[in-house]
Amino acid sequence: MRFYIPTSAFLGNINHFLARFNPDDPDRLDITSDPRWFYVHPVVLCMIAAIGKPVKPENITCDIQAKTGGYLKRMGLYRFLGIESGVNIEEHEAAGRFIPLTQVKTSEDLTHFLTEMVPLLHLEPSYVEPIQYTISELVRNVLEHAYSPEGAVVCAQYHKKGNKIRIGIVDTGIGVRESISDSYPATDDLEAIKLALTPGITGTTRKIGGTEQNAGAGLFFIKTIAYYNRDPFVIYTGRAMYKLLKRNIGNGRVILKGNPFSDRHSTETELPYWKGVVVGIDIGLDNTQEFGNVLAIVKEFYFQSVKDRRKEKYKKFKRPIFIT
Amino acid sequence: MSWSVGSFAENKDLARKIRLEQIVPALRDNKRVILDFSGVSSTTQSFVHALISELIRDFGPGVLSRVAFKSCNDTVKQLVSIVTEYMQYEETTEA
Repeated sequence: MRFYIPTSAFLGNINHFLARFNPDDPDRLDITSDPRWFYVHPVVLCMIAAIGKPVKPENITCDIQAKTGGYLKRMGLYRFLGIESGVNIEEHEAAGRFIPLTQVKTSEDLTHFLTEMVPLLHLEPSYVEPIQYTISELVRNVLEHAYSPEGAVVCAQYHKKGNKIRIGIVDTGIGVRESISDSYPATDDLEAIKLALTPGITGTTRKIGGTEQNAGAGLFFIKTIAYYNRDPFVIYTGRAMYKLLKRNIGNGRVILKGNPFSDRHSTETELPYWKGVVVGIDIGLDNTQEFGNVLAIVKEFYFQSVKDRRKEKYKKFKRPIFIT
Repeated sequence: MSWSVGSFAENKDLARKIRLEQIVPALRDNKRVILDFSGVSSTTQSFVHALISELIRDFGPGVLSRVAFKSCNDTVKQLVSIVTEYMQYEETTEA
């Protein structure tokens, strides 16, 4: 397998990085980079770490000449792969800057991770809420649907310029198509992504409301929150990638759509095959609305979408009793 | 609940355990249940789904007259409302 790290690979231009990924020969991993410098999204590191974890360290080569190569060490890539970095840098205090590469294999690992990450971010509680929500839902998806003994690989970085946090969550499990096909046969990887992002669809059942543990709403919520807040979101599985682009502000009125292909987006269908799922998301902290307000909008939209999909009438429902 | 699920209530396994070990037996004994979210600053749709969806499926929407949600902030209220509504949507459309 081979990764080439270009000078820049963020969600907006990650296609070039993905296109040069070579998944052949899974017992070997070669990592190279642009010799001058590079700045990359955490999801890039998650991909290299997730796919490289099972490879024996003696079968990994890492030829990084770039001056910015210390970033890989700081984020814990060499430690993760069990190889020597050959890079001498002063380890920086993690607090307020990044969450290093972390493997999450169990529900308990995730709870621990979500607790530990809060002080690392040094952010206001209102900012932490959507970040925790996003990571929790995406990693639980991996734990429940990916069937990967290696679980999820997660890392994140806060970027002061732009006041945003960039998050990567990657697994090497069965992928979206196989996961969703038990309930909704998908003709290809892109169709599978579309189904996974559609409200009320889960791989565990065709019933609206899902099973006792799954409703088919998690990914839809994440995508909708990202779209509402004008945050980019990428999901890559098999040979396909769906990239949610920033919505246009227009007249200020937000138009949400149930079909993810009706939102402003781009797709790829001929990428090198990724066995599993790659998710990258940026959360702009300046954009982030009061989370409860965003959920109120998502809620309204969720039911509209399900109703449209089912073409059935919406009854008046019994309301929960809230007491103080 | 925060003593058992933390301030960010997201562990679905714990939600299921609370449902099966505390809520369901109480409802079967015809008791009323108060789910106290004091100290819970946030939660997820998945957690709330694991906590209450099966109650609505098994006992019917009327169970919401016997379960009260205490000290919920806006986020928790929104997520509880979402789950209770889509589970009733299922009840009314799948029957």
